[in-house]
Amino acid sequence: MNTEYLLDVENLKLHFPTGGGPFSSHKGFIRAVDGISFKIKKGETLGLVGESGCGKSTTARAVAQLHRPTAGSVVFKGEDLTKLHSSALLRARKDMQMVFQDPYASLNPRMTSGDIIAEPMKIYNSRGLINMQKREIIDRVEELMEKVGLSRFFRNRYPHEFSGGQRQRIGIARALALNPELILADEPVSALDVSIQAQILNLFKDLQQELGLTYLFIAHDLAVVRYISNRIAVMYLGVIVEIAESNTLFEKPLHPYAQALLSAAPIPDPVVERKRQRILLTGDVPSPDKERHGCYFYDRCPKRMDKCQHSIPKLKDAGGDHQVACFLYHDVE
Amino acid sequence: MTDEVILQVKDLKTYFHVDEGIVKAVDGVTFDLRQGETLGLVGESGSGKSVTNLSIMNLVPFPPGRIAGGEVLYRGQDLLKMTPNQIRDIRGNKISMIFQDPMTSLNPFLKISTQMIETLVLHQGLSKAAARDKAIEMLKMAGIPAAEKRIDNYPHQFSGGMRQRVMIAMALSCNPDILIADEPTSALDVTIQAQILDLIRDLTARLGTAVIMITHSLGVVAGLCDTICVMYAGRIVERGPVDEIFAHPRHPYTQGLIKSVPRLDKFTNERLQSIQGQPPNVIDLPDCCPFYPRCEKAMDICKQMYPASKSFHDGCATSCWLYT
Repeated sequence: MNTEYLLDVENLKLHFPTGGGPFSSHKGFIRAVDGISFKIKKGETLGLVGESGCGKSTTARAVAQLHRPTAGSVVFKGEDLTKLHSSALLRARKDMQMVFQDPYASLNPRMTSGDIIAEPMKIYNSRGLINMQKREIIDRVEELMEKVGLSRFFRNRYPHEFSGGQRQRIGIARALALNPELILADEPVSALDVSIQAQILNLFKDLQQELGLTYLFIAHDLAVVRYISNRIAVMYLGVIVEIAESNTLFEKPLHPYAQALLSAAPIPDPVVERKRQRILLTGDVPSPDKERHGCYFYDRCPKRMDKCQHSIPKLKDAGGDHQVACFLYHDVE
Repeated sequence: MTDEVILQVKDLKTYFHVDEGIVKAVDGVTFDLRQGETLGLVGESGSGKSVTNLSIMNLVPFPPGRIAGGEVLYRGQDLLKMTPNQIRDIRGNKISMIFQDPMTSLNPFLKISTQMIETLVLHQGLSKAAARDKAIEMLKMAGIPAAEKRIDNYPHQFSGGMRQRVMIAMALSCNPDILIADEPTSALDVTIQAQILDLIRDLTARLGTAVIMITHSLGVVAGLCDTICVMYAGRIVERGPVDEIFAHPRHPYTQGLIKSVPRLDKFTNERLQSIQGQPPNVIDLPDCCPFYPRCEKAMDICKQMYPASKSFHDGCATSCWLYT
């Protein structure tokens, strides 16, 4: 194992059975994540972009073992999480925490903000995985609240007394409670207003510098991902079609889907907007319920070729740290 | 775009009476819309964008809502003073709307054909057969493949992007003067959003329709609109031609808004310049500048009175004490 990588995901698959019920066998699978591989170095931010339904969130959940993967491995700090169970998994996951999209749904409305932030510590305390006194936990909660920009006097308030941005800060404080190394952030700013979004993005950057955190940052807003990430992976229909350094990807996207995605995102500048050439894709994203034998993007690709229909392009090096899964750049094996 | 003003909103005020007090959702909004113009109304959630448009159509739920003052003049007639029958002739005919979520604004029990033909028969006086032909033509224009067959489908048989196309076809079928689009692409993915914006731009230019585009995305405004109105806490704090406002925003809120959005086309390693604090609670707002607690340039006068709108030679108008 290469110790340079904090997280090493190899050929991860997660298929959800569909149809059927208690009296009939299942009819098929939704292939939400269909074989993806990526690595994250310590201290870096990997951005994961793609449209809704492409498997971004499922990837994060499969990494955290909230859904057990159908196949593949998730090696975190040298341990394959997919092979661990109960207490061993709890121990290994201490250094990996999640921040969720919806700051309204991800906080228990019947717990005070202080209790919410203290909960991970209480759980690990009760299982004997950490050892903290009651007073220490309270001190730590107050320290965390100040760290994320909340007054510690808000410790006894309930989530409904906070605004959306403040709630997201509570969610971040909770994720930091156990001093994690990796944060899986699943669309943490997409429910927030523009002016608040900037505050939270700044907080993520500050915390990364201060605590040396590693992020897997999921978002559908490309500008946000560009701002926060060192490297970016573009997902489509359950697979990664391109991974590159953030600047390389935005200046020279290779995959036709990445090109279309970048050209479609609006830029807040009327002069720039008027000059842009858009690549308009036709049609909608197909349903991920079929097993695919060709390129996943074949149906909508403006540059498709015959061979794309019959074999699946693999993610391959295209020079530098730039990987792309497209037959325009390499041949069928 | 011509110089003829077809819609004038003057000092519009819409208040909601709730237990905690009076919510001044829209508090003195004034703007003009010219024929063929595309006007963007931007602001954060709760700034009063959607209520402004519900008020224009006289669709504010009463109670708790009440239009407390102002005028909405459509070709000289005040829409707010019309009887329900009179305004029904205008709504959906001369002024039509599309909404954020096309699934909730289409009737799930009725075929697309039924819903489109109803509008055309009612407003245009067409026969059912003629209305059906017109509906198919509109669906084709909106880019629905096999429109002759798809017109007899139900809304759930369309995808999100397709449903929005159906809504646009329906909204434009009576050839309205004004199309009000309330966050039409916020529920859609980036590539589908680009398709739909392209369609709105293309169709309204062909039909000469003026558009009021409500959105929270500065990028959408930059790509689509001629004019922009920036709303904050129920008021338009700045308005003017898109190019001028993006190049030289005068109001500190507009400046902050533009700076706080990360740019796709520019790399920066610096911190984003965020606007400090939270948007205000609009219940019982005092009559001062609502932005002053968050404003870096706040002065004493800002806490005492709301600044009047000042016009500039470049066509912009700003409500800020820095300029008056």
